[in-house]
Amino acid sequence: MSAERVRIVRSWEWARPERPARREVLAVVPELEEGKRPLLFVPGFGHGAWAFAEHWLSHAASRGFPAYALSLRGHGGSEPAPAATLRSYTHDVVQAAAGLPRQAVLVGHGAGARVVAHALARYPARAAVLVAPVLGSWGTFGTALRRNPVGTLPAVFGGRLRLNRRQLFSRELPDGEARRYVARLGRAGRRAQWQLLTGGQPEPAVGRPSVLVLGSPDDRVVPSAALTRAARRYASAPLLFPGMGHDLMLDARWREPIDAILDWLEKDPAPAAG
Amino acid sequence: MPSSTDLGRPDPDPTVALTRDGRPVSDRGDTVCVIGAGASGLTAVKNLREHGFGVDCYERETGIGGAWNWRHDRSPVYASTHLISSRPFTQFPDFPMPDDWPDYPHHTQLLSYFERYADHFDLRQHVWFGTEVVRVKPAEGDRWDVTTRSTGGYGPERTSRYAGVVLANGHNWSPKLPRYEGLEQFRGEVMHASSYKDPAQLRGKRVLVVGGGNTGCDIAVEAAQQASRCWHSTRRGYWYAPKYVFGRPADQVNDTLLALRVPLRVRQWLYHRTLRLTVGDLTRFGLPRPDHRVYETHPIANSQLVYHVGHGAITPVPDVTRFHDRTVALSDEREIDPELVIFATGYLPRFEFLDGAVLGDADGSGRPRLWLNAFAAGHPTLAVVGLVQPDSGVFPIAHWQSVLFARLLAARTARPDRAAAFGRKAAAGLGERYSGKVKDSSRHWFEVGHADYLRALQRALDELEGK
Ligand SMILES: Cc1cc2nc3c(=O)[nH]c(=O)nc-3n(C[C@H](O)[C@H](O)[C@H](O)COP(=O)(O)OP(=O)(O)OC[C@H]3O[C@@H](n4cnc5c(N)ncnc54)[C@H](O)[C@@H]3O)c2cc1C
Ligand SMILES: NC(=O)c1ccc[n+]([C@@H]2O[C@H](COP(=O)([O-])OP(=O)(O)OC[C@H]3O[C@@H](n4cnc5c(N)ncnc54)[C@H](OP(=O)(O)O)[C@@H]3O)[C@@H](O)[C@H]2O)c1
Repeated sequence: MSAERVRIVRSWEWARPERPARREVLAVVPELEEGKRPLLFVPGFGHGAWAFAEHWLSHAASRGFPAYALSLRGHGGSEPAPAATLRSYTHDVVQAAAGLPRQAVLVGHGAGARVVAHALARYPARAAVLVAPVLGSWGTFGTALRRNPVGTLPAVFGGRLRLNRRQLFSRELPDGEARRYVARLGRAGRRAQWQLLTGGQPEPAVGRPSVLVLGSPDDRVVPSAALTRAARRYASAPLLFPGMGHDLMLDARWREPIDAILDWLEKDPAPAAG
Repeated sequence: MPSSTDLGRPDPDPTVALTRDGRPVSDRGDTVCVIGAGASGLTAVKNLREHGFGVDCYERETGIGGAWNWRHDRSPVYASTHLISSRPFTQFPDFPMPDDWPDYPHHTQLLSYFERYADHFDLRQHVWFGTEVVRVKPAEGDRWDVTTRSTGGYGPERTSRYAGVVLANGHNWSPKLPRYEGLEQFRGEVMHASSYKDPAQLRGKRVLVVGGGNTGCDIAVEAAQQASRCWHSTRRGYWYAPKYVFGRPADQVNDTLLALRVPLRVRQWLYHRTLRLTVGDLTRFGLPRPDHRVYETHPIANSQLVYHVGHGAITPVPDVTRFHDRTVALSDEREIDPELVIFATGYLPRFEFLDGAVLGDADGSGRPRLWLNAFAAGHPTLAVVGLVQPDSGVFPIAHWQSVLFARLLAARTARPDRAAAFGRKAAAGLGERYSGKVKDSSRHWFEVGHADYLRALQRALDELEGK
């Protein structure tokens, strides 16, 4: 990554600023300010801030971390945005992060990790965590197609990407809960969905954040090889949570990954070299 | 918060050396000193910290924000000041302003933006408020002896030795006042724009505003609404650019053309056409015809000036030639009788704490000769941040200047060959310009075009990093 150059002149971006959209940010902050870094959770496509509000927000806060979750435009309680692009989502994340009282740790899940990777080039995050990252490649797409052809194929033609409960959760999660979560899933903008496959790769991060990658070897959306590749980009190895589905924040054993993230942050990872 | 002390000194360091003239110095090791906690100083602190450097920042006022903190005595902003560069061009590139703010925020919003920036990145703990830098001298090994004292001159002086120094003391606080024959005997009130704060100062008076920079134009517009009479004296004609064209902030339209790589000549032609088709020929209002093409003077962004001229609320007049006890003589032989004269004739950079020769200005002309407006020959650990007059926002430029400086300092240990090459480039590039042709005037020596300038900075950064 460090071989890429930082881009200074961005005439197009300056000339065509992103249109703002009302954002939903859910927050759970600790009762006592302990001086810990705020966390900003960024859900993947189809999910909203609600996905983190189920368990992770309050758990992080109980361990002293101010915890916030954003709904990308067009998701959850944020403004509808059928024409959203990856750039719009990146804008939403950078805006939400810069709006927090202190330099934040960005935590992206699924395709939200891709959005976080873009945001890292525009906001010097204190650190970043990529959970079951869908950084977007034809390989990931192929896996999804093999595992869930009916849900995935329409996305190629601009339709809705449907993830089923077998892809998202382990069998340990009670059926009722799984059904409730799947029912809440929405959809990402068609252009953004397409850009996940075809769009430009993220520019190098500013502010030299250290990056943690974690996921499950049994994730039926993100294959293990993709996890390893993602971690290698950031010069590390993935932390693995066998037996869990793609939605680590909602699955039955949601507590383990979040605890691992918070432990890692408590060690206060030093900025990456370079 | 462990900041803001009257003593204004970092923990005294036990390792004490002596200055060249034999006074004690506390050695601050690898720490870098930043002078000023305005926008430029803050971004220097943030970027140096981000690259792993310790920083001591000295600020003579009691708060951050520099020019944009209008409680500061030397702040040049007045109650109505709004940005002239729209948000995307003004915000720091890695800390955007809230997207629900207007295109051209108010100065109080700017101050709150800088306060949030300081809090977000924990910068205040590195700032020693109420502490003025009085002397900066090179010491052996490319290090710097910085002498400070409490603002106002109380208390003893202290000297600390630093591995590097950033001059971010701003250039819009020391008034540039022209001299005129007879000015002492003039009975009316005379002030520089730096003392103008509130439209109430104009109410019901006959006012003459001198100077056609953005300050002069803003004040003339306020006088048009508050004063009983307003004359606006300029020594040349200007292009008054509206803040919006084609339904967008004008600078965003301009950068669309830049992004499309439309050549300057064509942009100038388009611009002339647009003005011609919208406001028309301004000489019909008695405004002088510009003696230069558009983009050749520092841009004025003001939609209201022409409007008020067209309504007769502003009377354009030529240069002032002299003052009498109650009247002012103009270069067209007219005499006018203002009660209040406001000189909006600009500001002068000042670096009193430093020998001019360090910045390549041995004869004290007030115009340092630097490369990228930031780097001096033979002083690889010094940078000036914010000494630019851009056709756009200052803060992105100050951000990248300080990133470049932080990486240069890091390269001194990691890649000394590249740092040395950088030093040679700086020495060879002193006085380089980063704009198209500009009108010869006292204020244009450090005018930069933002795109030209940032491209040059990008090249310097790429070369330093071998990319
Ligand atoms: C009316 C007005 C409107 C403007 N509008 C815009 C605009 O729209 N967009 C834009 O980009 N720019 C604008 N500018 C330009 C403005 O100068 C910059 O925006 C910005 O304030 C520059 O920041 P700075 O940190 O370089 O300088 P300053 O804001 O002047 O800060 C310098 C700091 O250094 C401190 N200092 C100085 N000397 C010493 C010393 N010896 N020891 C310790 N501390 C010291 C000062 O107290 C001050 O806090 C405007 C200027 C004026 C006058
Ligand atoms: N955000 C805002 O709204 C805003 C407001 C004000 C200022 N600013 C910025 O602040 C900076 C300073 O602006 P400024 O307007 O105070 O100063 P400035 O840009 O230096 O303009 C000074 C004006 O006074 C004239 N002048 C200078 N000396 C003179 C003399 N001896 N006799 C007659 N006229 C003389 C100049 O004429 P010449 O054309 O001959 O040089 C020019 O018109 C600029 O970067 C500006 O963009 C921004």
